[in-house]
Amino acid sequence: MKVSYYPGCSLHGTAKEYDQSVRAVSRALGIELKEVDDWSCCGATSAHSTNFKLSIALPARNLIAAEKNALDVMVPCAACFNRFKTAEHHLKADKALKSEVEEIVGGKYHGGIAIRNPIDIIFKDIGLDTLEGKVTKPLAGLKPVSYYGCLLLRPPEICGFDDYENPVILDKILSTLGADTRPWSYKTDCCGGSLTISRTDIVSKMVSKIMSMAREAGANCVVTACPVCMANLDMRASDNVRLPVFYFTELVALALGLQGPDTWFKLHNVDPRPLMKSLALI
Amino acid sequence: MQTFLEQVNEKIDGVPIQRCYHCRKCTAGCPLAFAMEYNPNKIVKMIQMGRRNEVLNSATIWLCASCETCVTRCPNEVDIARMMDALRQMAIETGVAAKEKNILKFHESFLSNIKMFGRINEPTMMVQYKLKSGDLFSDMGMGIDMFLKGKLSLSSPKTKDLGAVKKIFEKTKQA
Repeated sequence: MKVSYYPGCSLHGTAKEYDQSVRAVSRALGIELKEVDDWSCCGATSAHSTNFKLSIALPARNLIAAEKNALDVMVPCAACFNRFKTAEHHLKADKALKSEVEEIVGGKYHGGIAIRNPIDIIFKDIGLDTLEGKVTKPLAGLKPVSYYGCLLLRPPEICGFDDYENPVILDKILSTLGADTRPWSYKTDCCGGSLTISRTDIVSKMVSKIMSMAREAGANCVVTACPVCMANLDMRASDNVRLPVFYFTELVALALGLQGPDTWFKLHNVDPRPLMKSLALI
Repeated sequence: MQTFLEQVNEKIDGVPIQRCYHCRKCTAGCPLAFAMEYNPNKIVKMIQMGRRNEVLNSATIWLCASCETCVTRCPNEVDIARMMDALRQMAIETGVAAKEKNILKFHESFLSNIKMFGRINEPTMMVQYKLKSGDLFSDMGMGIDMFLKGKLSLSSPKTKDLGAVKKIFEKTKQA
């Protein structure tokens, strides 16, 4: 299959291992990526917190650019995904807003392409059977908890992703890779998001609780699909509760025997290599 | 003249917040309630009572992280997350100083960085924030570590048609 690709700002910076692993996994699974031409930032939390119209117009510029490829658009970052879906929702529901935004952005929005996250593409379009057939190195001994966070799921009528209180599709992907995915009740709790810079004290409390609960569930690592969650879980938890954190695509790549995981793991704050070596996974 | 409640409802442009029957489910699920001086349910009640200044001067409206748990669980579909956005915007528009100054300064730095490059360049955005907030030294060690790992590049690609991005900011600017 072929999709448009919107990496978003983080994937060119602090989340570059997410970008590289998404590209590697896509190649291996036969998903051809065509980057959205001259994309710009989605505006994230800062736009919608301070200016509603700006928060619709910024993603609208990218949606209009993506429509030129006439392909569904893959958005790996949960925050960008949420802003795209929210903009789509308002542009489709409010005709007056749509024409105003089209005038601001200088282009027509048609709404003809779907906004997709790679978790959902791998689960629905590639399928677990195909994925299982490509596993060459099962993740035996890895006990991850899936951490979905907020922005893939809520609000459910906009995101349309998975069960919003107990999502399971990432759990199923990880189990297909041979991991012993642990059930837990903190998969959709908030990590504090962008407060991480301005109120680090609050975010530390939030992620330390999430990490403690992951440990209580018997996990030896946490898996996410969001650069903000990754940054917070990997850097803000108290020393005594830390665990390695992975982008889910890093683990898909590892199980598929692809090149890259060694280099990506070096980029994490909590070094996952001792755990992976002890399990003979690297 | 519109009441505070009417103004907020107009800005939310959805289910009127007086549909709230104060079951406090929003507050029970709010992951930030522990850090707020007025919990989300209390803010709804205060809006109904017209306590405009206390609401717009509160830390709560800035501490909301927009996780959307409240609106997802509200039995009456009151969009509390959108309400918090609306209240922040009303505070900005009417010149009420943000109680959580650094949270607003972060948003301002973030948006000004988009205006400059079209995309966020994390190191320059952090410098902008540090200069604005005066919080110069926190996270320095982590920043250096990330720089050494090649995660903080000053030369990350920018949007070529910067004019189009600047125009979006210009045309959505609030009076």
